This record gives sequence, structure tokens and C-alpha cells, in this order.
Amino acid sequence: MSIVIEHMTKSFDGTAVLRGIDLTIESGELVALLGPSGSGKTTLLKIIAGLEWPNSGRLAVHGADWLHLAAQDRRIGFVFQHYALFPHMSVRDNIAFGLSVRPRAQRPGKAVIAAKVDQLLEFLQIAHLGDRYPAQLSGGQRQRVALGRALAIEPTVLLLDEPFGALDAAVRRDLRAWLRQVHDETGSTTIFVTHDQEEAFELADRVVVMGEGRIEQIGNADQIHDHPASPFVARFMGATIELPVMLQAGRAEAQGLDPSRLPRRALPDGPATLFLRPADVTPLADPAGRWQVAHRTSNGALLRLELTDGTGQFGIDLPRRAPEAQGLVPGARVNLRPEAGTIFPGPRALASQAATAAFPRKEKSL
Amino acid sequence: MSTVALTHAPGQSRAVPRLLIGLAFALTAIFVVAPLAFIFWRAFAEGWAVYLKNIADPLVLHAIWLTTLVAVIVVPVNIAFGIAVAWAIARFRFPGRKLLMVLIEIPFSISPIIAGICYLLLYGRQGLLGPWLAAHDLKVMFALPGIVLVTMFVTAPFVVREVLPLMQAQGSEQEQAAVTLGARGWQVFSRVTLPNIRWALLYGAVLCTARAVGEFGGVSVVSGSIRGQTNTLPLQIELMFNDLNTTGAFAAASTLTVIALVVLVVKAALESRR
Repeated sequence: MSIVIEHMTKSFDGTAVLRGIDLTIESGELVALLGPSGSGKTTLLKIIAGLEWPNSGRLAVHGADWLHLAAQDRRIGFVFQHYALFPHMSVRDNIAFGLSVRPRAQRPGKAVIAAKVDQLLEFLQIAHLGDRYPAQLSGGQRQRVALGRALAIEPTVLLLDEPFGALDAAVRRDLRAWLRQVHDETGSTTIFVTHDQEEAFELADRVVVMGEGRIEQIGNADQIHDHPASPFVARFMGATIELPVMLQAGRAEAQGLDPSRLPRRALPDGPATLFLRPADVTPLADPAGRWQVAHRTSNGALLRLELTDGTGQFGIDLPRRAPEAQGLVPGARVNLRPEAGTIFPGPRALASQAATAAFPRKEKSL
Repeated sequence: MSTVALTHAPGQSRAVPRLLIGLAFALTAIFVVAPLAFIFWRAFAEGWAVYLKNIADPLVLHAIWLTTLVAVIVVPVNIAFGIAVAWAIARFRFPGRKLLMVLIEIPFSISPIIAGICYLLLYGRQGLLGPWLAAHDLKVMFALPGIVLVTMFVTAPFVVREVLPLMQAQGSEQEQAAVTLGARGWQVFSRVTLPNIRWALLYGAVLCTARAVGEFGGVSVVSGSIRGQTNTLPLQIELMFNDLNTTGAFAAASTLTVIALVVLVVKAALESRR
């Protein structure tokens, strides 16, 4: 089922949460809404589900106007972050719920429902848990039950809110691959919300990056990683170093900076800001270099060097055994050669309008 | 190294906790257990036969019946009211929500006798609505409706107070989940909301029953204490006591106490299930 969202806005008590969303999702696609908390991604998901209503805009699914349809009539499968299983019902009854509340005329017979539940339990690999209660299940098992409950009504659209947010890392990895498989086998259109880039890129066909109620960029991992569309996306994708540069003939120039590895960009001359990831920078030892090593820490594989030029400080990462790393002890001076980076025109103050404080900067785990 | 099990921090005396525990037991015995035991002792002081005769007194039987009737009317109404208010406050944001939360607590902070007087001033013959009621031949004061109304006022907060915190803590995600699965309003309520609050609801209902059965102050103002007509059990006990029928009063009191103890046991059973 294709989903078309147009000019959608939503505010809570005067605070704009969605500031004009336009998005088309094709039938059978698996799409991630990725963004920091407060970016409006969950609100968008709940509007698609019919649990929230927008202030303006359009929502059409397979051509039908869904804003005139109550949540009960949309036939969506919604999986809540904390599962929202019914604690007083067994796993079996939880999964059967959507079928058993149908009007008598459309309700399948008891035997049909039981067979359907059996089939789902098998499919979700939890056949042995049918008679347990939610309180007796682990987080991963609850997640499977929640998904089973949503799938039982054969939803036109499957919506998942931070589906793996409450699970530990190993279970998360398992379930991710498994969810992909479920999506492929059911052929449903699936949208999930996450703040975890790795999760979004690994699982989704397309990733929609959201920030402060707007869509910042839509694409796959490589596109978003290599060509962030805005300073916001660049920061969200881990570019924590922002250097003021002057653009001259498409080349970023600044004192102590060797731009030879950066491609020329078709941008007008003038002040600009270069966004860099800590791992995309090579330090070049130089007694007259612009930056001084302030701290040096190691996790065994990677070195982190804190560099300062008297006005600002930032960290760069490099392999501990790299030849460049030798001799870079606190006090040593270096220049920098960016291996990859993104340039946005305008001085730093302008380029970084999107409030840095508004979102948690995710450090790459080493 | 000593391997002696330490059940308390070294250097700390065991005397203080022992003293406090002993004190708690002693005070409970003096202030709670002794008077209760005394009731039964006095009720049976003249033997079983007299006890049964006292209980079988038509006036006492009528009082028991009336008290039960009041509870049977008041408790279901309070359950419905309690769920409605808790639902409204827990699930919706509306102007006056905070005010409503405060208003619900009023019966707890106001002396029941004031409630009785308010009702008397409102519905009594000289009251605000008195002439209208009289014109339509409706008798509220010194009759069952008055007793029921005052008892309802006094017991109004019990169910809400038990159910509301639970509903607030549970949030509405389960209900939203039910809605996305296609459940209609009544199905959501009966299959998701109600099962989730059932113990709190029962607990509130038990407390409400205990209070409804034992209510004295408010009811004494509005009932008029007409023997064999508007005397509830607590009022009947007071009356017998004033008549110097001490054994009878204690016999009636013992029935009320038994009701209270049964309620207490139910409550304890419910608490252990939660």
C-alpha cells in the first residue's frame, strides 16, 4: 500500500512538532524514520496510525483519504516501544485479540482464530510460549508477541515505534535481521521509527532523516553518509568537527589545512564551514603546525587525540599503529589533512543554525 | 576473622528496634484489639440466648436491612462514578481537570456532619429545594433518599482514589494498541481497561462498603432516627445505648463489627493478590 503524506503540520499546545512533511512511501517498502528525540518522527508515525491527528495536511493510503478514517478502520499493525501487551491475557489471547474483537459477521470462527494464532506463533519462532503471560517473557520475546499481535489482523501497513529501543545489543541484532525477514515474507509496507543510525541503515530500504519537525534528507546509507544534505544531517551522522574555511575556486582553504584530498566543489567563493568526522582526518606532524596535541587516549585499537589551536578543541581518531600516530604525544604540533568532509557555505555561525544543543551527538562506538 | 553471622550492624544496640516493635504491639492491643474484644465480651455477657434475642429484635433487624440496602445502592453508584472520574482525569486533558481532582477529595477533608447539614439545608422542608420537593410530594430528608445521598457524598472518593493512580501509572498505550487492532470503545473498556484495574476497583469498593455501612455523623443529621424506618445500624446502636439497653447495643455493635471484620479480611486477601 503506497502512503502519500502532503504538507503535514502538527503542533502540541502551540509548539510545532511537524513543520510541513511531504513524503511518499511505495507499496512493500521498508522505511526508517531516523532522528533525535523531539524531531517529530513518533508523532508522524502516530498520525499514520490514527492515534494522533494533524493540524493540516493530507494522508492518502492507496488513494484513500485516511484522515477521515478512525484508527479502528485503518487496519494498521502498530508495535509500541514498550510493547503494550495486555498483561492479563496469555500470549495466545494477545495475538488473537485483533481477530476476536471484529464484529460478529466478520469474525472468524474460534477454530480459525486458533489455527491462525498457531501459524503466527510458529512463524515468530515462539510456538512454545503460547500459554505464558507477558510478565513471564523476556524483552525480545515480548517484542515478538507484540509483532505477532499486530500481524494477526493482516495489516495493510506495519508501523513500529523504536522497535528495538528497550532491548540489549545482542537481542537487538538478532531481531533486526528477523524483522527484515518478516517484512520480506509478509510483503507489507513497513515504517519504523528509530534514533539509532546503524539500525536504520542496516534494516531499511530508505532512510528518512528528520530534525525538528522537518525532513532533512531521504536516502540510503551511502548517500546520507557521504553527502549529508544539511549541517544538521552532517552532525547527526557523526561529523563533530566544524572548521571555518575560505572557499576559493571550489577548494576549502584554512591555515594548517591540507585540502588536497577533498574534491573541488561547485560553490561560490567566500566563507564556509567544513564538517569532518573524527576518523576522516589525518594528522601531519609539523613543528610549526596550527594545532597542539592536548590529550592522547587509547582504547587499544584506536587513538583519540584532543587537538587545540587556542580557540577551540576537538578530537580526532586514528589507528594506534598508524605511522602518523608515532610521536604525537601531548605538546606535539600538527596540521590536518581531511580525507573526506562536507562543505556548507556560510560562516560557522550561519551553517550551524540548527541548534547543536537540541540533539544528542552520538559518538561512534569504537 | 570471625564467621559469626551478623544480623545487625556491629556496635548498634538491638534494644531500640525491640522497644519500638514492642511499643507498636502494645499500642495496637490497647487502642484497637481491647475495645473490639470488649464489644464481643459485653454482647455475650448475658449468654447466647439474650444475644440472639437482641439481634432478632425487629428494630435491629430493620436497621441491618436498611444499612445493607444503603450499601447496595451506594457502592455500585460509587464504582460507576469512580471509574468515570478516574478515566476522565487519567486519559484526557481538559480545563478544570485539576479542580476536579481537588473537588473529589473534599468529602475526605470535611466532617460528615457538615455534609449532613448541607443536605438538610438544601433538601429540608425549610431548605432551598424544600418547597419544590414538597409540592411534588418527594420526600428526601428523614427518608431513604437522604440517607443514600449523604452516604454517597461521604464515600465518593474511595473508588477514584484507588483506581486513578493505577490508571495514570499504566498510561494509555494498551488502550491505543487495542484501538489499532480494531477494538471499539466498549471493547477497549471491557477487555483492556477494566481487567487492568479490577483489583484496585475491588479494593476501592471494599473500602467504600466499609465506610457506607459504618457511616454515622452525616446520616444522623438527615435520617431523623425514626425507629423501624430510618434508623441505620450505627444509629440504632446509639439509640439502644441511650436507652440504657447496653447489652442490646453491644449485640448490635457486634454485628456491625463482624461486617467490618469480614470486609477487612476481603481487603487483606485482595492486597495479597495485587
